[in-house]
Amino acid sequence: MEVKMNGKKAAEQIKEISGTNPLKCMKCGKCSATCPSYNEMDIKPHQFVSYVINEDIDALVNSKSLWKCLSCFACVERCPRDVKPGKLIDAARQLVVRQKGGNYLLADEIPELLDPELPQQLLVSALRRYRR
Amino acid sequence: MQRIGVFVCHCGSNIAATVDVKKVVEIAAKEPGVVHAEDYQYMCSEAGQAKIQEAIKEKNLTGIVVCSCSPRMHEATFRKAAERAGLNPYMVEIANIREHCSWIHKDMEEATEKAVILARAAIAKVHLNAPLQPGESRVTKRALVIGGGIAGIQTALDIADAGYEVDIVEKTPSIGGRMSQLDKTFPTLDCSACILTPKMVEAASHEKITIYTYSEVDKVSGFVGDFTVDIKKKARSIDIDKCTGCGACMEKCPSKKTPSEFNRGLNNRTAIYTPFAQAIPNVPVIDRDACIKFKTGKCGLCEKVCQAGAIDYTQKDEIVSQKYGAIVVATGFDTIKLDKYDEYAYNQSKDVITSLELERIMNAAGPTKGHLERLSDGKAPKEMVFIQCVGSRCADDRGKPYCSKICCMYTAKHAMLIRDKYPDVNVTVFYIDVRTPGKNFDEFYRRAVEQYGVNYIKGQVGKVIPQPNGKLLVQGSDLLDNKQILKEADMVVLATAIEPNPDVRKIATMLTASIDTNNFLTEAHAKLRPVESPTAGIFLSGVCQGPKDIPETVAQAGAAAVKAIGLLAKDKLMTNPCTAKSDELLCNGCSACANVCPYGAISYETKEVNDHGIRETRRIAVVNTALCQGCGACTVTCPSGAMDLQGFSNRQILAEVDAICR
Amino acid sequence: MKYSYYPGCTLRTKARDLDEYARASALALGFELEEIEDWQCCGGVYPLGTDEIATKLSSVRTLNAAKEKGQDLVTICSACHHVIKRVNDDMRHVDDIRTRANNYMKLEEPYAGETNVLHYLEVLRDRVGFDKLKEKVVNPLKGKKIGAYYGCLLLRPGKIMAFDDPENPKIMEDFIRALGAEPVIYPYRNECCGGYISLKEKQMAQNMCEKIMDSAKGFEADMLITACPLCKYNLCRNGNNSIPVYYFTELLAEALGVKETKEEA
Repeated sequence: MEVKMNGKKAAEQIKEISGTNPLKCMKCGKCSATCPSYNEMDIKPHQFVSYVINEDIDALVNSKSLWKCLSCFACVERCPRDVKPGKLIDAARQLVVRQKGGNYLLADEIPELLDPELPQQLLVSALRRYRR
Repeated sequence: MQRIGVFVCHCGSNIAATVDVKKVVEIAAKEPGVVHAEDYQYMCSEAGQAKIQEAIKEKNLTGIVVCSCSPRMHEATFRKAAERAGLNPYMVEIANIREHCSWIHKDMEEATEKAVILARAAIAKVHLNAPLQPGESRVTKRALVIGGGIAGIQTALDIADAGYEVDIVEKTPSIGGRMSQLDKTFPTLDCSACILTPKMVEAASHEKITIYTYSEVDKVSGFVGDFTVDIKKKARSIDIDKCTGCGACMEKCPSKKTPSEFNRGLNNRTAIYTPFAQAIPNVPVIDRDACIKFKTGKCGLCEKVCQAGAIDYTQKDEIVSQKYGAIVVATGFDTIKLDKYDEYAYNQSKDVITSLELERIMNAAGPTKGHLERLSDGKAPKEMVFIQCVGSRCADDRGKPYCSKICCMYTAKHAMLIRDKYPDVNVTVFYIDVRTPGKNFDEFYRRAVEQYGVNYIKGQVGKVIPQPNGKLLVQGSDLLDNKQILKEADMVVLATAIEPNPDVRKIATMLTASIDTNNFLTEAHAKLRPVESPTAGIFLSGVCQGPKDIPETVAQAGAAAVKAIGLLAKDKLMTNPCTAKSDELLCNGCSACANVCPYGAISYETKEVNDHGIRETRRIAVVNTALCQGCGACTVTCPSGAMDLQGFSNRQILAEVDAICR
Repeated sequence: MKYSYYPGCTLRTKARDLDEYARASALALGFELEEIEDWQCCGGVYPLGTDEIATKLSSVRTLNAAKEKGQDLVTICSACHHVIKRVNDDMRHVDDIRTRANNYMKLEEPYAGETNVLHYLEVLRDRVGFDKLKEKVVNPLKGKKIGAYYGCLLLRPGKIMAFDDPENPKIMEDFIRALGAEPVIYPYRNECCGGYISLKEKQMAQNMCEKIMDSAKGFEADMLITACPLCKYNLCRNGNNSIPVYYFTELLAEALGVKETKEEA
């Protein structure tokens, strides 16, 4: 489902929710060099920053990348500028799941994702990241 | 009653755009004692100064207030102008309505109100000003240079060539510094030792230069023109006059396991050692922590093999006290520790090295005799990866916020040298920006790319992954191709950020020279006085002031020398008359002031005083005005209020406070 | 020595081993884990949004319960540890979150991050001491080459977790040494296993887990140990089964000779 947002307002919200200032980025690419999900992402971690600065939030929230970030904090840890790209993308994800109908994980699809070994922790974590 | 003139400067629009200068004039004119008030576009201009001088003469002014920029900028200008018109220069007060007012406020009404208040305070102070006469102090015609790297050597040579005595104090056993560790130098690729050693020899043989190696500055007292410095000569355990430098002792020394500082710990040295073959002086030292004789009492091999009888285990540290007119700081730099950057696996793989370590590997006198090889297995590398900006340009607390400035060029140099000597080795450089401003610098970098085929990739490395087969997998980004790259390398070289020598903080404290948050010494003015410390008589040479390469360092070293020479050429200096003064009737001789005085300017004498008809003998504080720097520490410490600072008396300060609070 | 203890949901269900071996070992080492009463799930992941409050409250309740007992709070699961430690840091250092969380909680005394949060491994390192642990080992795991798998949650963000050097940690290696085994250092030990991505993106988790296991095996590890049920699940389920994965507490109990007594603990 295509999500539509007010770019200016959404960009401000992302900055606020993430507590991150994208202008601190010096475009070194260390986040993209670090990211274990890089190859799965259409918008690469170092690009999150410019999408927020350019207020092109529609592209960001409709990207595949939104759901590929693992929140592993490797980019947050290694970023030399304290920009925290992982927090930016999480804030964008929050904007989506907080919208009506924005849940990425639906209750109906859960049963078939389960297996006997699956720890509760996985379900709880996924619910937190994917749903409001 | 004083007859005061007030002069309000517009500073073009710097002040006038935010402060209603006409209104300041209008209100100031009504203050008691003010007999003249005017404004002008540029008070510091010749025409502006003429206006001040005219008013002094015509209105018989006894004191003036200039409302303008910071006194650091133009106090001297206006004092001189007043003096030329026959007014004692210490009857001039500056109200800083630019830095303290117009530049930091936006609202005109508020700024104007504040400017008026600042003017009032200055007027209130002038009412209590009294003419002061500066004294004179002598200049010791000798300079001290702290640090014996290329910066210190060049400064010393330039001062010595001008005919003045210079002492170099160097902490390590030899002069030469970082430059002596380098193999080749950019952008001309000449051998570092070939251009440095002649300068080292010249300094050592110069009749005006004395070199103290293996020595440190222990204590500094005095002030511009008349510093007294204690230099600690650490016990070398060798008689420097007897030693012939034959090296037999080093060959025979059985303690061979101390990491060589000169080779960055890549190989070991003996306990008795010179750091490198061209060391000056070519006299070893005994590292007492490593020496078996010092640790166990047994050994003494070096003493047995020394034909000259130069070994002296009984030597002790020695303090040399010397007077200097000027001090030049040239303490240089080191590379940062990489403990917090282990995503690059520096602590996990021997084949991840810093650029300075690569210099030693590339050098014929280095741990691998100049052969490019992996430190893990001695194999020749086929793929080399260089990573730029490791610890530089960082906003987090892992690294440094500044650009280290030299890395782009030395990495281009390394890449080019490797491709030239080993054409079958591929070289890849991960960079954020390539910064090559400098004469023939960008051409040099382009040569690395165009002529030598060095592969420059715009992007950073996220992780260096040691592989079971001994290779290093480099995971990086290529931002221009928008790809994540996995590249197998044999060696990885980190362009590690540089930082000021860690000792500099201690030295700056001794010199009361200011230092910034990154431990670089601060200039008196970032643009106009770049080689002087704000502390008079202290000059800055080389990387201790900020990152710079060899050409810049040599240029700055010369500039620091010129400034030092300008000071040494004077026979006498005018001293600041704003010194402390003790009121003998109030002083009770408690010593509190002497205890806080950083300049040792206060002593005591026993004196007969006449206290309202009662004659008695008392112990009272006496200030040596030649030593006093007017810092005021004693005045706030004195419990009886006997100590006061001329030109900044307690009454004057309180009058200012009253005027502000009115 | 008594500690407040927060097991978390998975340690009471799918990861009972992790919990039971930990308690049995604690007794053998002379400390006791007192379970917090009526604890609630930590949420599994730390809510990154600076405006999130409600999702942090269960952690605040746990932290406050330990505070009221005057005890340090011990966790074992990497995820619980990560969430609770970071919420505690928020309560200590972020005025806005502290104020708003306390407004919800309406505690007698506001909570301001007073509780000290310790991971079980930190208790072993900093309170028991690895030297002391070594003395208590009765079945040294001689000859075993063990790779420590840290994952992300224990180490990052390094400044807040303050667990170990996030790029070159050694606490688990020291632990392995104390048990008499040989630690295997391999570069992927602090790379992500995929975490929650494995619910909807099996292939992604598979790629990551294979890299981790291949790397460990390449450096000749016989087995991996972890503190996280999700890491263990991902590595076992989505890895290539080239080497077995155990909870660190299981090896601890084995070395201490209390593996069989866990049911009574």
